[in-house]
Amino acid sequence: MNHKGEFYQRDRDWHPPAYDKGYKTSVTRSPQYALISLENTPSEITGPVFGHNDIDPLDNDLIGNYAKPGESPIGERIIVHGRVLDENARPVPNTLVEIWQANAGGRYRHKMDTYLAPIDPNFGGCGRTLTDENGYYYFRTVKPGAYPWRNYINSWRPAHIHVSVFGSGFVQRLITQLYFEGDPLIPHCPIVNTIPDPDAIQQLVARLDLNATIPLDTVAYKFDIVLRGRRSTLFENRLEGN
Amino acid sequence: MKQTLDYLKETPSQTAGPYVHIGLAPGAAGFDIYREELGWDIAGPHAKGERIRVEGIVIDGTGSPIKDVLLEAWQANAEGIYAHPEHDGEVEEGFRGWGRVITDFKTGEWAFDTVKPGPVMGRNGQMMAPHINLWLVARGINIGLNTRIYFDDEAEANAADPIINTIEWERRRQTLIARRTEREGKVIYRFDVKLQGEDETVFFDI
Repeated sequence: MNHKGEFYQRDRDWHPPAYDKGYKTSVTRSPQYALISLENTPSEITGPVFGHNDIDPLDNDLIGNYAKPGESPIGERIIVHGRVLDENARPVPNTLVEIWQANAGGRYRHKMDTYLAPIDPNFGGCGRTLTDENGYYYFRTVKPGAYPWRNYINSWRPAHIHVSVFGSGFVQRLITQLYFEGDPLIPHCPIVNTIPDPDAIQQLVARLDLNATIPLDTVAYKFDIVLRGRRSTLFENRLEGN
Repeated sequence: MKQTLDYLKETPSQTAGPYVHIGLAPGAAGFDIYREELGWDIAGPHAKGERIRVEGIVIDGTGSPIKDVLLEAWQANAEGIYAHPEHDGEVEEGFRGWGRVITDFKTGEWAFDTVKPGPVMGRNGQMMAPHINLWLVARGINIGLNTRIYFDDEAEANAADPIINTIEWERRRQTLIARRTEREGKVIYRFDVKLQGEDETVFFDI
């Protein structure tokens, strides 16, 4: 048994609360009672392990993974890249990162999406990859479009990519959304604004990264993801025995 | 030099939204893109133990089923071993212990097939009753909700379970107990989740 420490407690004030009256769907989907706080047991510090047998090399290329041969999706070609780190700033290697998004017109390839913008025949809208030994990941895709949604009648989602990450323990499981630097819709979005701290919102805004751009080809955005860190101090609470 | 605490902040959560299937279950969204979707087979063909199905619905504060939930299960095998390098012991070949299911778009029903997990040693030598860890996300859920599924035919183990006993209100403990039935020769455990209102499910800050 490798006696690594427990995970740091989650800072619930940094995350959105379950209930936010401005995001109407949360009103009837938010637990009213306080969460019961648990100390980590083996059920929490463990989590699923994924490997290269689970995915294919092209899965992180949304420009290529659904396009017909010789064709590609409409839209601004972008790279989204960064590292998955923990709160101790250590890389999280070999962890599964999955993304999904609307196409350049703001339409999802989903049978429940009825927005009038057209489906792009060459764009699926999902990708997945494993971080390398340094926690690094990258995707190639097209920049998603903004789209309207029924919250208020005039609510618009800023361009965004949904991001799902695992880490090594089930306590690190996280789903979030990536926004793009300079998007004027960000401060108006009720979902963005479920996050109380403006600095926390900035953590979701990917930065234009001209160093990672491929000249004359694809512009790049940098998006680092931070998962919960764990203790490594000397006087450890033992998870087992006494 | 002034001392600083140079920890990073965890990336804040955002709702998975209504189209979570595109990313995590594209077949359900209506298209075929990956060689294989992840999470449909929790236990694999070689797992020992009792084969079971766990099913339920997720209910909102109006009493209505939610039809765009994604749930993930994380469990030990029948011997109480997690398929993870930090847990002692070996699991059967093909046993991952992790699964992912979505609710039916019309009814809100979900179900997964697995094996019944064994008891797992918890903190300080206290045995935890057999349980499946459950994490669920949906439109309108701003940060994923964690709960546990226990089994009603494990009454003695449940009564000694340190996590169940952390819950002050005995009435609320019942929300974590799945009910065993049999249907067409299959063992079914029913586990409905109530996000809000009377008999709101116990959710954990893990």
